Amino acid sequence: MTTATAGLTRLTASELAAALAAGEVSAAEATTAHLDRIATIDDRVGAFLHVDADGALAGARDVDDRRARGEALGPLAGVPLACKDVLTQRGVPTTAGSKILEGWRPPYDATIVARLRAGGVVILGKTNMDEFAMGSSTENSAYHPTHNPWDLDRVPGGSSGGSAAAVAAFEAPLAVGTDTGGSIRQPAALCGLVGVKPTYGGVSRYGLIAFSSSLDQAGPFARTVEDAALLHAVIAGHDPLDSTSIDAPVPPVVAAARRHDVAGMRVGVVRELAGEGYQSGVEQRFREAVDLLGRLGATVVEVSCPHFGYALPAYYLIAPSECSSNLARFDAMRYGLRVGDDGVAGVEEVMSATRAAGFGAEVKRRIILGTYALSSGYYDAYYGQAQKVRTLISRDFAAAYEQVDVLVSPTTPTTAFRLGERVDDPLAMYLADLATIPANLDGGAAMSLPCGVSPADGLPVGLQIMAPALADDRLYRVGGALEAAYVEQWGGPLATKGPPL
Amino acid sequence: MARYAPVLGLETHVELGTASKMFCGCSTKFGAPPNTHVCPTCLGLPGSLPVTNETAIRFTVMIGLALQCEIAPWCRFARKNYFYPDMPKDFQISQYDEPLCTDGHLDVVVAGEAFRVEIERVHLEEDTGKTLHVGGATGRIHGATHSLVDYNRAGIPLVEIVTKPVAGTGAAAPEAARAYVTELRELLRTLGVSDVRMEQGSLRCDVNTSLMPVGATAYGTRTETKNVNSLRSVERAVRSEIERQAGLLDAGRRIVQETRHWHEDSGTTSAGRSKEQAEDYRYFPEPDLVPLAPTREWVEQLRAGLPELPAARRRRLGDELGASAAELAAMGNAGVLDLVADTAAAGAPAAEARNFWLGYLLQKANEAGLDDPAELAITPAQVARVIVLVAAGILTATLARQVIDGVLAGEGDPDDVVATRGLQAVSDTDELGAVVDAAIDGQPAVAAKVRAGKVAAAGALVGAVMKATNGQANAAVVRQLILERLDGGG
Amino acid sequence: MPDAAGSPGAITRGEVAHLARLARIAMADDELDHLAGQLDVILAAVARVGEVAAADIPPTSHSVPMTNVFRPDEVRPSLTPAEALAGAPAAEDDRFRVPRILDEEL
Repeated sequence: MTTATAGLTRLTASELAAALAAGEVSAAEATTAHLDRIATIDDRVGAFLHVDADGALAGARDVDDRRARGEALGPLAGVPLACKDVLTQRGVPTTAGSKILEGWRPPYDATIVARLRAGGVVILGKTNMDEFAMGSSTENSAYHPTHNPWDLDRVPGGSSGGSAAAVAAFEAPLAVGTDTGGSIRQPAALCGLVGVKPTYGGVSRYGLIAFSSSLDQAGPFARTVEDAALLHAVIAGHDPLDSTSIDAPVPPVVAAARRHDVAGMRVGVVRELAGEGYQSGVEQRFREAVDLLGRLGATVVEVSCPHFGYALPAYYLIAPSECSSNLARFDAMRYGLRVGDDGVAGVEEVMSATRAAGFGAEVKRRIILGTYALSSGYYDAYYGQAQKVRTLISRDFAAAYEQVDVLVSPTTPTTAFRLGERVDDPLAMYLADLATIPANLDGGAAMSLPCGVSPADGLPVGLQIMAPALADDRLYRVGGALEAAYVEQWGGPLATKGPPL
Repeated sequence: MARYAPVLGLETHVELGTASKMFCGCSTKFGAPPNTHVCPTCLGLPGSLPVTNETAIRFTVMIGLALQCEIAPWCRFARKNYFYPDMPKDFQISQYDEPLCTDGHLDVVVAGEAFRVEIERVHLEEDTGKTLHVGGATGRIHGATHSLVDYNRAGIPLVEIVTKPVAGTGAAAPEAARAYVTELRELLRTLGVSDVRMEQGSLRCDVNTSLMPVGATAYGTRTETKNVNSLRSVERAVRSEIERQAGLLDAGRRIVQETRHWHEDSGTTSAGRSKEQAEDYRYFPEPDLVPLAPTREWVEQLRAGLPELPAARRRRLGDELGASAAELAAMGNAGVLDLVADTAAAGAPAAEARNFWLGYLLQKANEAGLDDPAELAITPAQVARVIVLVAAGILTATLARQVIDGVLAGEGDPDDVVATRGLQAVSDTDELGAVVDAAIDGQPAVAAKVRAGKVAAAGALVGAVMKATNGQANAAVVRQLILERLDGGG
Repeated sequence: MPDAAGSPGAITRGEVAHLARLARIAMADDELDHLAGQLDVILAAVARVGEVAAADIPPTSHSVPMTNVFRPDEVRPSLTPAEALAGAPAAEDDRFRVPRILDEEL
């Protein structure tokens, strides 16, 4: 790899798109540079489950051809992207991080993938994840763990750990992840990136292998706020194939990201998302971010969301319940793994043996938990009650948004923990989602923005910004303004300050 | 049987006649090669999502309105979770505690009496794939080595209509069950929401049967009988199950709550899955779909646009045909009312039309094992023609039946059959003269009566001539000849 | 069979076995025991939702309220049998071949 092409991987998506549009570099060159980067370092990072070099280069060449013919191309045409392996991509292995789908090649594209392709975005490959999106460290992948580029002995977060690591390691300027309880925001925080969970229904779920249907949402990872906005604008929007997708225009996220101004905005600090369990380094950077917002012209107040303490238990009833049903289809009949079919065993035996062999421990745990919560005699006390608590949490948000435009908190209580540290303690692992879960239950939009590194360990800390449903642009306005101030302080986005790989 | 009061519950599944499936755009056309009408959604591929078919909702509301139900102002789909190879998602999108339509009724006639069947609910769900069992005898599950699944049918919209417990039918319970399914089928066909062909599976019926000892206050244990594939089977299966249960109870044994399988050939039910331990379906609202909220305005528009329903239509036709209530009931029960009406419209007198359809034609239908006399290979227009020919004296009653047989056999229209088979009634007075004379000579006492003025007695002589001519003499002409000969000496 | 709703106490191996059966996941005894212990801890934590008095609160099943989302009754292209069966563990005569179904009607 030449210095020139190595430099290509250091560009933001916005910079690269401009260079491509100006004809300074071809999409094929940009793609090759990123594929080379992956080949060089991914054996240590483990971000990818499948690199689709042929498909990526074919896509890149197609963009170059179209540009040469003078066709009008989308704003991200020719820019490479890493895609979480939970989205179906026609003809490309899609595993959801599980053995039960090893080798499965979908016969159809997820709507997001179709939109990316139509926009000329080059999909480099499928990234690693906690199996079926269940986890906060990517250690639940059935294939291998992913390593945090900031410290290879530590986790990148989860479940979209592979997507986060790919962007943080400069293997791609953009990535798509999914967020059900924090699975974009928390890895973004641990890896020093911008990660956004759009309003529920803002991005199509058609082709998104379901974990918890009423909570799942796909969204962007990037190293800058503007890059995230550009990707958000490409993938979002109504989809008639998804009944839960919102039929409204995509909020003006790109314009908001470029505003760099929060004067007059009202910011609420959520009292309940702090204190016990939150590392002091994390809380320190958080307070500094809040102070900075004040200096930038925002009004900051404290708000109370009294039911947020019930968000974690409600989530760990709702999500497993929905997933126990969503994962039933993996029964060895139509696709995926089949175990024990010796011509004598009956269908129930083969189903049970296959699911025992094909699912990992965390997935089984949540399926059993969910089966319990939905079962006859328990529905009202568990799933039914959790859905009522969800209403109360939404009311807390609604009341808060009467007073403020956005809410803020630390994204996650700690910086990146070590690989292996929490694998034997499910509850400890679940605590990583403490601050992110409320926004999933409410369905509103939320972002994690890098706000520095912890003074204790030098690892990235994320600031979470939350906004009401359909007000995703407010995230980008606040994020863009803060980032501009930080870049002045730091000399560049936080992502460029990590140890070189 | 007088010791026990049967209580029935009928669950009917109707495949809606929409062009596409309930939650995806795959075609619903019957009989396509296996797995040619499937897509990510109806195959349950990872990542797929359902989107509701608007026409299916409209059809379901129409059914609810026709059954006098309340239409829910707001309701949701629910997931019914269970594992089976013909279930692409291993849950079925259905409705649970929020059905689209509730609390209606359907009036039927049982043993000449009006009877109201209360409807508990009408809800929407999706159909499953079809499984072929390979390796065993007769394609049944027992003894199969493996199965083959075709998902063409998976996802076709299915409406489930559930009655409240049907009590008070007494010994007429089997007929009541049949009458209900018959009337329901007629209603659905009139609405145009399904082709309701039991033999193709677009109308399926499960019957729940229990017996209550006379004087008891609690319902007995019920069994569910499946595989009831025709109207006749409905009646036979109910009768068989009532008899079986009565036998058990008489012997002091208890009824096991179970699913039973109806066998058409042996006329019996056999035990299937035990329902003692009911499967826990873990219902919860379907998160991939949003609630249905039919506006009152839209519902009233649908109500106003409903076609004339069978009961109203029957009353109207009965009036037009001048039929009494009993005649109307007879035609309704036999399923020939429309046929009679059409025959009358084609030029036959109403009474004659009725007689033919309730008589010889119904007999032919039963002989051919047809549930529906309309399936006979003869049209109302053709029947009307036969009736006209009889009235014109060209056919006698006997000859008319032979003509009908000919039409049914595919020999063409009535006139063609008459010509080909030479079935014209003999009206030639010269031809008949000899036979008439012979009849008069053969019954001198009767002849004397006629001469004496008792014209009615001529009937016996007419009868003799008909017999002598194998029914081919024109009876009116014969009668005329007899009277002429016996009038004024001779 | 599970305990009556709401009754406290450890979740037993038998209950976990019942749930595993409902979920069609084969599990050995030691796995059942291990899971029972973990579920106990998790259930104690999530049971907190019961502390909230929510008798008059309507449950949420969708965070952004929408109703009446439909598609017109139009036929769209389907997959070919080859595409549909491409991932099948076993296929025969353009159908999905599955192991024999036991314990059905006799």
